[in-house]
Amino acid sequence: MSGRLSSIAVALVFAAMVVPARAATIEITMENLVISPAKVSAKVGDTIAWINKDVFAHTATAKNGDFDVTLPPGKSATSVLKKAGTVDYYCRYHPNMRATLKIEP
Amino acid sequence: MFVRWSAAIAAAILLSSPVLLQGASAADKLTDPQIAHIAYTAGVIDINAAKQAEKKARNKDVKAFAEDMLRDHEAVNKQALALVKKLNVTPEDNDTSKALSKQASDKLAELDKLDGAAFDKAYVANEVAYHKTVNGALETQLIPSASNAELKSLLQTGLKIFQGHQQHAEHVAAELK
Repeated sequence: MSGRLSSIAVALVFAAMVVPARAATIEITMENLVISPAKVSAKVGDTIAWINKDVFAHTATAKNGDFDVTLPPGKSATSVLKKAGTVDYYCRYHPNMRATLKIEP
Repeated sequence: MFVRWSAAIAAAILLSSPVLLQGASAADKLTDPQIAHIAYTAGVIDINAAKQAEKKARNKDVKAFAEDMLRDHEAVNKQALALVKKLNVTPEDNDTSKALSKQASDKLAELDKLDGAAFDKAYVANEVAYHKTVNGALETQLIPSASNAELKSLLQTGLKIFQGHQQHAEHVAAELK
């Protein structure tokens, strides 16, 4: 009995290792000139859905150059995270809009 | 000392923004149709200044700043038009709007005579002063006077974005020195 249970346990662990965790989609919203959430943790392979609810155009521009997404008023866009690291980003048009993305491997 | 300083500051403010304070000292409460007209006019003024700068500016930061002004002020004014339509309000011309427009067309003519670095500097200096004046008027006059909640909220969004413009203009001005 315990042997069967542990083999199931082993199989489960094995399955978890082989089948990669499903990539998540994380929403980041820009509204009234504020990025929220301002701090997000994600993993490589996750998708960020950028949602601009303002009547103004915004950008999500990484300080280290990893990404630069332009968001026309009321539009959304997605980007897939490819590299681990902590990335500070901002809106080029409204540099007071700043936030951080922590990307784990 | 304190009194003398505040008098000096008051005088400086009066000199730098005669138009909007004149409206305030009149002490009659502005109506929503008047506020909408003033806010829209103030936007048009900065859009026209930006269009002039897009043609005449040399410095790439100044050009980029002008593009930002055009994009944001057009967005705010588009929103303002949609709002007055929704509320079925007809913006009402008034002395503040008229004086603002007159002052602005004089400024456009003055800047038109300048070229190159001299234009860049004068345009950015005026943008700093102009946003300061408009933000002051929004804070002390237009927002408190607005009755309609949606109009008030649009003015508040405007103030937030224009405060960013002022900072941006101050930054560009410092870089030009």
